[in-house]
Amino acid sequence: MFDILRARFQQKYQTLSYPDGPSPTLPDRFQGRPVIQPMACVSSCSACVEVCPTGAIDISGQGDHRHVCVDLGRCLFCGACESACPAGIIRFERDHQLAVSDRQSLVVDRTSEACASVHDGLIQRVFGRSLKLRQVSAGGCNACEADANVLGTLAWDMGRFGIEFVASPRHADGLLVTGPVTENMREALIKTYEAVPSPKVVIAVGACAISGGLFVEHPEVYNGVEGWIPVDLYVPGCPPHPLTLLDGLLRLLGRID
Amino acid sequence: MSTTFCTLTNGLVVDVTYIPRVSYAVFRRSLIGAVAAGARVVCLCVVPVADTRRLLVVLARDHAGKLDLVWTDVGATYPSLTNECPQVHLFEREIYEQWDILPQGHPWLKPVRFSSGHVGVMDFFRVAGPEIHEVAVGPVHAGVIEPGHFRFQCHGETVTHLEISLGYQHRGVECRIISGPINGRIHLMETLAGDTTIGHAGAYSRLVEAISHTPVSARAQAIRAVAAELERLANHIGDLGALAGDVGFLPTQSYCGRIRGDVLNLTAELCGNRFGRGLVRPGGVGFDLDETRVSRLNLGLGRVEKDVTSAVELMFNSPSVLARLEGVGIVTPQQAVEIGLVGVAARACGLEQDVRRDLPYGLYAMAQMPVSVCTAGDAHARAMVRWLEAKRSMRFIQDQLASLPAGPVMRAMTPCAGDRLSVSLVEGWRGEICHVALTDAQGELAAYKVVDPSFHNWSGLALSLRHQQISDFPLCNKSFNLSYCGHDL
Repeated sequence: MFDILRARFQQKYQTLSYPDGPSPTLPDRFQGRPVIQPMACVSSCSACVEVCPTGAIDISGQGDHRHVCVDLGRCLFCGACESACPAGIIRFERDHQLAVSDRQSLVVDRTSEACASVHDGLIQRVFGRSLKLRQVSAGGCNACEADANVLGTLAWDMGRFGIEFVASPRHADGLLVTGPVTENMREALIKTYEAVPSPKVVIAVGACAISGGLFVEHPEVYNGVEGWIPVDLYVPGCPPHPLTLLDGLLRLLGRID
Repeated sequence: MSTTFCTLTNGLVVDVTYIPRVSYAVFRRSLIGAVAAGARVVCLCVVPVADTRRLLVVLARDHAGKLDLVWTDVGATYPSLTNECPQVHLFEREIYEQWDILPQGHPWLKPVRFSSGHVGVMDFFRVAGPEIHEVAVGPVHAGVIEPGHFRFQCHGETVTHLEISLGYQHRGVECRIISGPINGRIHLMETLAGDTTIGHAGAYSRLVEAISHTPVSARAQAIRAVAAELERLANHIGDLGALAGDVGFLPTQSYCGRIRGDVLNLTAELCGNRFGRGLVRPGGVGFDLDETRVSRLNLGLGRVEKDVTSAVELMFNSPSVLARLEGVGIVTPQQAVEIGLVGVAARACGLEQDVRRDLPYGLYAMAQMPVSVCTAGDAHARAMVRWLEAKRSMRFIQDQLASLPAGPVMRAMTPCAGDRLSVSLVEGWRGEICHVALTDAQGELAAYKVVDPSFHNWSGLALSLRHQQISDFPLCNKSFNLSYCGHDL
C-alpha cells in the first residue's frame, strides 16, 4: 500500500490540459498538413507524382495554371514529394488538424484552407456527451490501432470527453475502422457494423481505411471502407498522430470548432 | 557440419550457384540431421529459380553464429518433413497454400492465411465427450486489437486444446514486394507489422545494401540501433503495462501505458513519426541527430527510466501480481525447441538465443548486448525477460548516444547484383525477423520471403493454454503479444 502511494506521487499528474489548455508540442520533424504554395508548377516536371508511393498526387492544368493537388486520404506523409519538388511547392507543415467529414475535403491544392472541417448536427446532438466506439482492424498493421489505443491512456484520457472503446458492437455507438479492408475481414466488418444499433457513426482512420493506402488495388484487399459502410469522419495519416485523431473526435462531437 | 550446406553469416550475399542443389533425399537427411544436432529452422520456403521451383531451407546454428543453406528442386508433391521435424509444420502448410505443392503425410495440413476460399472455414480439431464444450472467439474480439479466431476445447473451465486460426489480416504483401512499384517497397516493409517498423525496415535495408554492395556508415548503423532499441523499449513497456492490466493491477497499467507513449515520442524526436516511419532507408537513415536532439533524447530517456522503474518494480514487488503471473501459461524448454520458438518467448523458457548476440548485425557486431533469460517458461518469465531487456535497451541507447560516430548518414545506393541470394536476420522486439531475397540475372528481385517472429510463436501460445483456465487466455495472449498482420502478411 505504501509502495503504491509512493509510486503514485512519483508519477505525478500527467493528463494533458488539451483542449482547454495548450495542445501538446509536436516534434519539429513532425509532418502534418501539406501546404501547396500558390505558384505555378515547373512545366513538364512530374517528380512528385513519380516518387509518391501511393499515387496521392495529381497535376492538372497547363502553363501558369499548372498546379498540384495532394489527396490526404492516400498520403502517407512520408515527405518524398517535398524532397523531390524542384520548386518547393509542396511543404509539409506541423498542423495536426486533418480530420474531415467529407472525403473530397481531403484533396488539398493551393486554394485549400488550413482547417479541419467536421459538421454533423445529428451526431453532436445524439452523441455529444458520450460516444462508445468499437474498433475494427480490417487489415491494419497495428500502428493506427496502437495510436488509437493510446488515447485511452492517462496522458490523453479520452474518457474525460465521454469517449471510450467498448468490447462489443452491441454496446457501441459506432465503429472506428483501420486497415484497407481485406477480403478476409470484409464480412466480419459488415456484420460488426450491422450489430451496432442505429443511429451510428463510422470513423475511418489512416490512409488504408480511407483509400486502401499502400495496398490500393491489391487483389487481397478492397480500397478501404468506402462502398462497404458509410463513413462520417475521415482521419488521414500513416498512422495519424493521436492528437489528430482526438482533434477529429472532438470536432465530431462539437467539443471544439 | 557436413559440406551439404552453403554456410553464411548473417547478411552475407551468395551467388546462387554456390548454394548446393541436392536431391530431395539428401536435402531431407541434411535438414533433419542438422536440426537433431541443434540447428534451428529459420525459414523453409519455395523460391522460383528460372523454370524450376526450389525448396530452400535456412538453418541457424546460433552458437557458431552461422546460417546454413541448401535447396532442392521440388515438383507437385514431396514427402512431408513435419513428422521428423515439427519446427517446419507451419512452413509446410504455407508452402501448400502458396504454391500448391503437397507435403505428403503432413499431419495437419490446414490453411494458414486463407488466401483462397472462405476464411475460417476448415476442420477444427475437436475433443469429443459428453462434458466437453467448445468456445469460439473472434475474429472481432474485445479490445483494440487485430482480428484472429480462437477455438477452445474445454472440459469445465479447463482448456484441453486451443486452436488459432488466422488469415484475416492477409494483405498479399509478399507478392506486392515483387510486383509493386519499387518506391513503395520500403513503405510495405514499414507496415509488415506496424509496431515493428524499425525491425522490418532494417532487415530489408540490410538485405538490399548487401546485394548491392552499398556500405552503410557507422553513424547510420548507430542511429538504426538506437531506433531499434527505442522500439523494443516502447513495446516492452506497453506489454508490461498490459500484463498488469490483465491481472487487475491498475497502477502499473496506467503508468506504463503513458510511459510507452513517451518512448514513442522519443522516436518521433528522431524522425517525426512515433513508429519510426521514414527513418530507416536503404543506404542509411533518413534523419541525422544533432547535439540538441541528442540531449533532448537523453533527457527524455532519463525521465522514462525513472518513471518506468518505479512503475514496473511496483508490479514485480506485489505478491498479488506474482501469484497471478507465476505458473500460468507454461511452455517447457523441450516444447520451445521442438516448435522453434524465438525471441522473448524462447528466452523465457531458458533458451539462450538472441540474434543480436548470436548472429550479430550492424552495430551489434561492435556493441555487445547481453542476452536476458528466465527459465520458468510462464507468463511471469515472459514479463521478466521484457523488463530485463527494457533496462538493457535503456542502457544501450544511453551508451550509443554518448559515443555517436561521426560521418554521413546516407550513401547512394548502387544497383543490386544479379543471381544473388541473401538472408538478413534481425532481433525485433518480439524476436527473430528473417528476410530472404533472391535476385534474377538483371539484379531485380525475383523472390522475397518474410518470416515474422509471430509465425514461429503462435503455436507456442496454443501450447501454453493447455490445461489452463480459459479465463487465463487474455493473460497468456498478452504475455506473447504476437502480431496478426506479421503472421498474415
